[in-house]
Parts: sequence; C-alpha cells; structure tokens
Amino acid sequence: MEIFALMLSAVLIENFIFSRFMGCCPFLGVSEKPSTAVGMGMAVVFVMTLSSALTWAIYYLILVPFHLEYLQTIAFILAIAALVQFIELFLRRFVPALYGALGIYLPLITTNCAVLGAALINIQQGYSFLESVIFGCSAGLGFTLAIVIFAGVRQKMTFCNPPRAFRGFPLTLIAAGLAAMAFSGFSGLSM
Amino acid sequence: MQLMDILTPILWFALLGGVFGLLLAIAARVFAVKTDPRIPQMEEALPGANCGGCGYSGCSAYAEAIAKGEAEVNLCAVGGTPVAQRLAAVMGVEAGEIVPHRAVILCSAEKSEATMKYLYEGARDCVSATRLGAGERLCEKGCIGLGSCAAVCAFGAIKMKNGLAWVDPELCTGCGTCFKACPKHIIRMVPVKNNYVVSCSSTENGKLTRLACTKGCIGCRICEKKCEVGAITVTDNLASINYDLCTNCGACATACPRHIIVTVGKVELV
Repeated sequence: MEIFALMLSAVLIENFIFSRFMGCCPFLGVSEKPSTAVGMGMAVVFVMTLSSALTWAIYYLILVPFHLEYLQTIAFILAIAALVQFIELFLRRFVPALYGALGIYLPLITTNCAVLGAALINIQQGYSFLESVIFGCSAGLGFTLAIVIFAGVRQKMTFCNPPRAFRGFPLTLIAAGLAAMAFSGFSGLSM
Repeated sequence: MQLMDILTPILWFALLGGVFGLLLAIAARVFAVKTDPRIPQMEEALPGANCGGCGYSGCSAYAEAIAKGEAEVNLCAVGGTPVAQRLAAVMGVEAGEIVPHRAVILCSAEKSEATMKYLYEGARDCVSATRLGAGERLCEKGCIGLGSCAAVCAFGAIKMKNGLAWVDPELCTGCGTCFKACPKHIIRMVPVKNNYVVSCSSTENGKLTRLACTKGCIGCRICEKKCEVGAITVTDNLASINYDLCTNCGACATACPRHIIVTVGKVELV
C-alpha cells in the first residue's frame, strides 16, 4: 500500500512538471506531436529508473561512508551523464529498434534537470533502494503523462486562430499554466 | 586530518571519473556497431540541406538507402549532376544525367484579383483550407495562399504575396518538396533552360475562368497558333508548353491576350 501511495504521489500529486516544475525545457520543446512526446517520455522513464538505482548506490556506498554527502549534486551529474552514454552505446548495439525510437531524446536527457531532481529527492526523502527505483520510475511516468497530455492540447491549439500577440509560444505557456492548475486539483488526494 | 578532508573527495572523484571513463571506453569498443564506410562519404557529398526532395527524411537517410541498394544515386535534385557523379563514384556505378529543374507556381492571381466563394477562417494551412469546399477561391485550381509550400521549402525560396505563392528562381534548387506539398497540384517543375510558363491551371471554359479571376487562361488558342515549333497545345481550355520542343522564342508570351504566359520568376511583375 505504501508503495502504491508513493507511485500515485509521484505520478499525480507531486507531478514533476506540473507541481515541482522540473523538466520544463523538454516539456515545452518536444511536446509538439504526441508521437515524439511518447518517445521522450519513454526515454525519461527508462533513464530515471536506472539513474535512481545508480545514484542511490553511489550515495550510500561511496559518499556516506567517506562523509562526502555535500558533493552529491556533482557526483550525480557525473553518474547520470556516464549512465546515459553507456545506455546509448548498449542500445545501439543490442536493441537498435529502441535506439532508433528514442533517437535524439536519449542524449538530450543527460542535461534534464528532472532526472537529477529525482535522484536528489530520493536522498532527501531517505528512500530505501526499492523505494528509490519505484519513485524514479513513477516520476518518469508522471513526466510522460504530462507531456503526452500537453502534446494533445498543443495539437488542438493549431486549429484555433488566436490574436496575433498570443500566437505560438505565449499561448503554449498559458496552456501549460492551465494544465498545471488542473493538476493542482490532485493535491486534495491525501495518502 | 584537514589535508585528508580535501584529498579524499579528490581521490574519490578522480576514481569515479576514471572508472566511468574506462567503462565507457570499453563499452564503445565492445558495443561498436559496424557502419558502412561509404555512408559518411556519401553524406559528405550530399548538400546536407535535408530538404526531403529525394523522398527520404534527410541526406543521411538517403545515403543509407543508397548504401543498402534501395535507392538510385540520381535522386538529389538539389546537388544535380555533380553530386550524382560523386555518389556514383563512391558506389562504383554509372551516374545518369540530371536535368536541373525549378519550381513554378501555376497561378498568377493575387487574392484581390480572384473571386471568393466564402471567407476562410480556419487553420492556416493549405491542406485544411482545401478540404473545406476546395478552398475559398471560386477557381478550383487557384493558389490557396496560406503557404504550405513555403513552409516545407528548406531553402526559403518561396514567398507569399497577397495570397499568392511566388518562387524565387535564384533560390530554388528544384528539390520538388513544394511540388509534393501543394494540395492543389499547381506547382510544376520546369527545366531551368526554359524561360516561359503558362501561369494558370484553370481547366474551366473561358466564361467561368473570367468569372473566377481577372487573370487566367481562357483557352483562346492564340498561343497555339503563334508557336512556330508546335510546343503549345490547348487541352481542356488550358494551354500547356512541351518543354522538349520549346525554343524560348517568347512569341506566345507576346501574343497572349491575357498576359498569362510569363517569364519564370517574373510573375509578380505582370
């Protein structure tokens, strides 16, 4: 039950984009078409899950024993960058179909603050290894949910004819704000 | 102890970085994918504009297709014969000749010169507009003017002017992307050596064409009679030039009472 609450909280209540405001760059950048949004979302789920596991191990096996907790941010950045590189090489060799599907989104994630954010929150909240992995995975799912919903919204927006001043990015930002407000309704869910 | 406080993180991070670096280096070696060495060579030879005129999503996709033997080497209209020859050299095959073309919009009526059926307020692209009763113009073959061709042009060669697309012959590379994008099919690829085009696509009779716009070919056959080499034929009330026969004499352009036969790229001046 606690695991379920953790997942639900990461996906809906504490949604990375709409309530923590992390990963807004890919959220606005790759949400023009639902198909690319799904690709980006899947890549984020994949990387977040693995990076949560790796950064947890680094923190508790290396940083804590040597009292280097204050260096966690830079250690995590290093670990995530290396992990993404490794995954890319691995996929290109063994799962070329997935590599093709994730395409440019995989290297883009290296610098995605949502991935680093998930790693840092895991430590802050004192999650166990299993909880960390589950949190990372569901945070990624929450990101996917948000970006896919928003891609649908943006696709509808191409068919409207707003005043010139609102065309393009301004309208996108307003729509994102409205979506975030809608998601704030989930904060009423108490677990 | 203070020295150790500084040394431990340095050592650990050096170690971490070293281990990650080593792992990646090993992974790069172990997971190396054998790529066809001809593909980068061909990418080098291609223009790199990724216009999609060849039918592939970009220059590297085209290079891959050639390497796999799925595509011919003479599909790049932008690079023309020199690029085809270089691709052929890489692949070890014969390159054919590519006749360079450029796109021309076969409509010369600006919005104010055309009769409108209704006022279109929908999505700003030609495909959507065409679906609504074939567009707002009375003329079935008129330029929609919302710039779907300009949007796909990778070279910025198409400009929209008062609801009419115009191709800059200096910038057009003849890739043919606009030709495929136009829902009205009123873009024609004309060989670069030819200067004259019939800048109208209307196949309605003279009366209806006059009703639809102040320009437009009425099928009077004067050009057909004036052409000394028989390159012009009028079918379905519309003149068309056979570019294999045309000698660029310009007799048709001077004779046309509707001034609809024009020099390529000079549509805007007529």
